[in-house]
Amino acid sequence: MEAETLSVVNYWLAASLFLIGLYGILARPHLVRKLMAMNILQVAVIVFFIILGYKSDATPPIVRQGDETPIARNYINPLPHTLMLTAIVVSVSTTGVALALLIRIHRRFGTLDESELIEKLK
Amino acid sequence: MEHTPILIVLVPLTSALLIPFLAMGGGRFARAGLLFATAGSLLSSILALRASLEGEVLSYHVGGWPPPWGIEIVIDPLSGVMATLVSFLAVLAAFYSGPYLSGWTARRTGTFCSLFALLVTGLQGIVVTGDLFNLYVFLEISSISAYALLSSGGSKSVVAVFRYLLIGTVAASFYLIGVGYLYAMTGTLNMADMAARLPETSDSPVIVVAVSFIVIGLAIKAALFPLHGWLPDTYTYAPGPVIGFVAAVMTKVSAYALYRILFYVFVAGTGPREPLLLLGWASVIAVVAGSLMALAQKDVQRMLAYSSIGQMGYIMLGIAIGTPLALTGALLHVVNHAVMKGCLFMVVNGVQWRLGVFRVRDFAGMGRRLPLTMAAFTVAALSMIGLPPTAGFFSKYYLALAALESGYIPFLAALILSSLLGAVYFFRVLEKVYLSPENVEKTRDTSELPLPMLAPILTLAVLVLLLGVFNQTVVTELIQPGLPS
Repeated sequence: MEAETLSVVNYWLAASLFLIGLYGILARPHLVRKLMAMNILQVAVIVFFIILGYKSDATPPIVRQGDETPIARNYINPLPHTLMLTAIVVSVSTTGVALALLIRIHRRFGTLDESELIEKLK
Repeated sequence: MEHTPILIVLVPLTSALLIPFLAMGGGRFARAGLLFATAGSLLSSILALRASLEGEVLSYHVGGWPPPWGIEIVIDPLSGVMATLVSFLAVLAAFYSGPYLSGWTARRTGTFCSLFALLVTGLQGIVVTGDLFNLYVFLEISSISAYALLSSGGSKSVVAVFRYLLIGTVAASFYLIGVGYLYAMTGTLNMADMAARLPETSDSPVIVVAVSFIVIGLAIKAALFPLHGWLPDTYTYAPGPVIGFVAAVMTKVSAYALYRILFYVFVAGTGPREPLLLLGWASVIAVVAGSLMALAQKDVQRMLAYSSIGQMGYIMLGIAIGTPLALTGALLHVVNHAVMKGCLFMVVNGVQWRLGVFRVRDFAGMGRRLPLTMAAFTVAALSMIGLPPTAGFFSKYYLALAALESGYIPFLAALILSSLLGAVYFFRVLEKVYLSPENVEKTRDTSELPLPMLAPILTLAVLVLLLGVFNQTVVTELIQPGLPS
């Protein structure tokens, strides 16, 4: 029962992170803050997948020597975790491209504030 | 022959990695690399399509791991047609970019060609993969290379693309969460395997949530109103050599992915209806709003961008109605719209490249300066309006019939209204092109566009006519095998 409550709390945590990220992207005026909010959003998805693969009282899926009949229940599911390695790489590349764009915006317009940018673009 | 399916993705991917080295020897080697990448992808797509039309679904197991454990590449008639379409437009765009690139340094050409090949890799990957997570990875490969390519159009494009990047990442995250829910329910990521397991859980609310997340994510990528906010600025300020290709296929590939998931993973009609109906009403608004916004634009490229939003509405409308007739219309419109929008964007960018003008009123008298280019523009524009015998008429005809047959009268009304609006905003340009006196100063070079730009434009214009005239054959031979059984 306790473990179950804990896992529900985990999902709430992932959902709140997701909403915090979404709010930041929509509401913060500064582009760097928007980018950070985007990263929080991506982390929320990564956390979500990691919780999916987690089990209490289980070990990484490496069969111990001498364990002739391994039972799947005793091992955590590694697939969501490996998927998230790819998602982390995607997240890093997106952030890299975004930072490069921000540098170009700052060089050209001298500001990263959205309302000032809109003013200067007119 | 056995490895043809993977070559569709592998040829452009390998070329993308080699092109920067080729560019050290000079820009023309990089361009040759790009042509090789796109042509190789086209050739393997055609071979795979031919095999799949003979009734055999090609399934390739990447790395020798059989599905559902490994990643599967599936070439059925549907993905075969899409792969051929994407790589065909990529070849044309590679030719079209030639005159732009000839003035660039070898290093810049190399970067451009490499990113372009990577974009083709991503889009082809989305089309051919049979794995939901693999689709996410290719979606991000195509998006990231598109961000880099589109932001090279000047300082305004950088701001527009930064916004696109934020929205695009949110879209991809929505998609990924949807996939996460589906994985939690079925324990598999392979599309065919999931389709077999989903009926056991089809009345679970988790599935409704998963579908909603996936639909929202892909609808943002496909620029469905009201999630289209990134598109107009991105397209308007985008650099000339890529926008013809990006505007023609990128949103369409996302629509294809949505279609594939809704009708091949959630076996047709058994999935939840609510998200689909919502999609239908959003499309109706998209069709009308896109056309109205297009009417208000002074910049031709921006007008085309808003018209794309309306046209994506047509495709989504077909998917939302979901009867075989509607799906035929939607798929046909994916092909038709890619061909005609590619043609229109290439013409407008060619005019901008040659004469430096882009507003509607600057097109005055263009019919006498660039007769062939403007003839192609006219054919594509008539097809956008939906006049027979051009291609655009037939896809709208199928969609209208489907709306009537299923009793969605408001949908039919929106289709007709949007066609009328389309006629207004395209004839506004055509009237300038053919009936107004010229007003660009005489000093500029006003000869026809160079052959590498003209040839792709004319090919697409001819294709618009051919797709219309041989419509019956196209539908029965290529489109209908791609409907869910």
